[in-house]
Amino acid sequence: MLNQPTVISNQPNLALKRGARLDSLFRGSTYLTAFIVFGSVIGILITLVIGAYPALQKFGFGFLTSSAWNPVTQDFGAAVAIFGTLVTSTIALIIAVPVSFGIALFITQMAPNWLKRPIGTAVELLAAIPSIIYGMWGLFVFAPIFADNVQPWITDHFGGLPFIGVLFDGPPMGIGMFTAGLILAIMIIPFIASIMRDVFDVVPTVLKESAYGLGATTWEVVWNIVLPYTRVGVIGGIMLGLGRAMGETMAVTFVIGNAQRISPSLFMPGNTISSTLANEFTEAVGKLYTSALIELGLILFLITFVVLALAKLLLMRLEASSGQRS
Amino acid sequence: MYKKFVNRIFIGAAFLSMSVAGIANADEVKEISGAGATFPYPVYAKWAEAYAKLTGVKMNYQSIGSGGGIKQIKAKTVDFGASDAPLQPEELDKAGLMQFPMVMGGVVPVVNIPGVKPGDLHLSGKVLAQIFMGEITKWDDSRIAELNKGLTLPNSAITVVHRSDGSGTTWIFTNYLSKVSSTWKDNIGNDKAVSWPAGVGGKGNEGVASYVKRIKGSIGYVEYAYALQNKMSYAQLQNQAGNFVSPTSENFQAAAANADWAHAPGFYMVLTDQPGAKSWPITGATFILVYKTQDKPANAAAVLKFFDWAYHNGGAMAQQLDYVPMPSSVVSLVEKTWANNIKDRSGNAVCTYGLMFNF
Repeated sequence: MLNQPTVISNQPNLALKRGARLDSLFRGSTYLTAFIVFGSVIGILITLVIGAYPALQKFGFGFLTSSAWNPVTQDFGAAVAIFGTLVTSTIALIIAVPVSFGIALFITQMAPNWLKRPIGTAVELLAAIPSIIYGMWGLFVFAPIFADNVQPWITDHFGGLPFIGVLFDGPPMGIGMFTAGLILAIMIIPFIASIMRDVFDVVPTVLKESAYGLGATTWEVVWNIVLPYTRVGVIGGIMLGLGRAMGETMAVTFVIGNAQRISPSLFMPGNTISSTLANEFTEAVGKLYTSALIELGLILFLITFVVLALAKLLLMRLEASSGQRS
Repeated sequence: MYKKFVNRIFIGAAFLSMSVAGIANADEVKEISGAGATFPYPVYAKWAEAYAKLTGVKMNYQSIGSGGGIKQIKAKTVDFGASDAPLQPEELDKAGLMQFPMVMGGVVPVVNIPGVKPGDLHLSGKVLAQIFMGEITKWDDSRIAELNKGLTLPNSAITVVHRSDGSGTTWIFTNYLSKVSSTWKDNIGNDKAVSWPAGVGGKGNEGVASYVKRIKGSIGYVEYAYALQNKMSYAQLQNQAGNFVSPTSENFQAAAANADWAHAPGFYMVLTDQPGAKSWPITGATFILVYKTQDKPANAAAVLKFFDWAYHNGGAMAQQLDYVPMPSSVVSLVEKTWANNIKDRSGNAVCTYGLMFNF
């Protein structure tokens, strides 16, 4: 009887203590998971630098601008691969962003309810197809059709134009940087489109309805209400797509033509960083050759980092300017 | 006649010598592992399957490419490595390795020119080099027409298709071009991957084959088996004797028969541009790499037993898959080298010559 009160007063204390312990355990484990990611990024960076060291030492900054890639004389440069990576990713974005925007708008703003789900699922299914399937489709299905029917027409009609004519020059092979960019576009559309759709969905109905109430057209609502409200998410989605486009390996290797040359024509073969790695890593013999390939990986890592940083910067400036305006 | 006799003896030995295996006890080893060249993978896999049925010994082969095979054997993660390009004797000595040729194949130039059937097109080594250098850019170029009187070739652009990945096939092909064209040798050279002056690159034999089939007016090079299985239009080549020859297993063997293996240190032998009336000029052997001093003599003996069995019993299987078995004179040379050179840590031979089998 005498002990009763103490027991009662102790119990919540114990529960509290246990709760606090679990809480700190929980906090610790979330810290841990976050730091595992951070640690692996740093670890990858360090490994890449160590692996690339012989090439860094031998070629210095000249590696970035040299278009040589000669395993026989052990003379390597990254210009062709960097050029190919940037060109194919740019083509992919130019095609994928408007299309994804259209898909997301249609699903969120225009489509009747019964159509929303099937289209959304179809887009998501595209994302589930392994990249090698896209590569094979590009090589065996798209390239022949493109080479026989589309490419000669484009070369005939645009090849003679001043300045942009050189972009469409060359024999109709169906493979090359344009095809690679197009395949990449198809591959990144589902990513960009589903993120755009998700962020468009979170725009408060009140905002949209108020705009409609003021007599805005659908386009005005999208351009003046939906897009500014979802800016961060949209840019995030595009960046995710860009990241994937730059890193994509197998599909590109199938259709880009894998030639270590910089050609102004989009229809000519080229090479990207990741396709060079995929092609040559297994058979790279010798320290310098391997380390040149690792340095290519390091460059891709840095390019991705710079792109992400630029995106963040862009967002910050947008935030700042919108702050001023309001 | 002599060859047949030797063959009989070997087959006899294979079935009769029930007693002696390697000195190290290979029977305890139930799994051997190797890694390397992709080109011989189909035949190694077939041999492994047949051998496992016969003996219960599994052979696990990763076809990761010759370069990968060399890296793995140097790291000692596998019992043997495999490479399409032979290693230089100095490199072998430095690593303490020995190599021996296992099977042969040929590299075949394949073309896609509308109206040109397999074997119609005749090329010389020099012209082939000029095409791959981008010097000859049209099919109706006079240098090609000279070799092909009576064949009408279109006035279309030539698209060169080469391997984009590093490859033993490329090594053999560029080795040939370096031998027949000094310009090629000086400007491009001989390696598993080179700085191609022209064309597009396909990944693997399949990649090259599908690009050539895809692009009209293209020329590429693939392993013989791929040309055959894909029914591609190959070109006849002019060999050292001046004859135009077709890629057939008979002509590959002719090239190998004329090679002087006995005087090739470390079996460093490249079968391109060999003498002989019938020799196919771009023939090559694929090689196996093992350590001379074995930490695990039992494994080494098991590996050698497998390859010895394959030399004597795998010929038909190899031919089914369009590979060319090694001539028996080379096989006995290899076996002698095994007996003399592969030792365990205390210097005992891992196997003895001529008495490897116990099936």
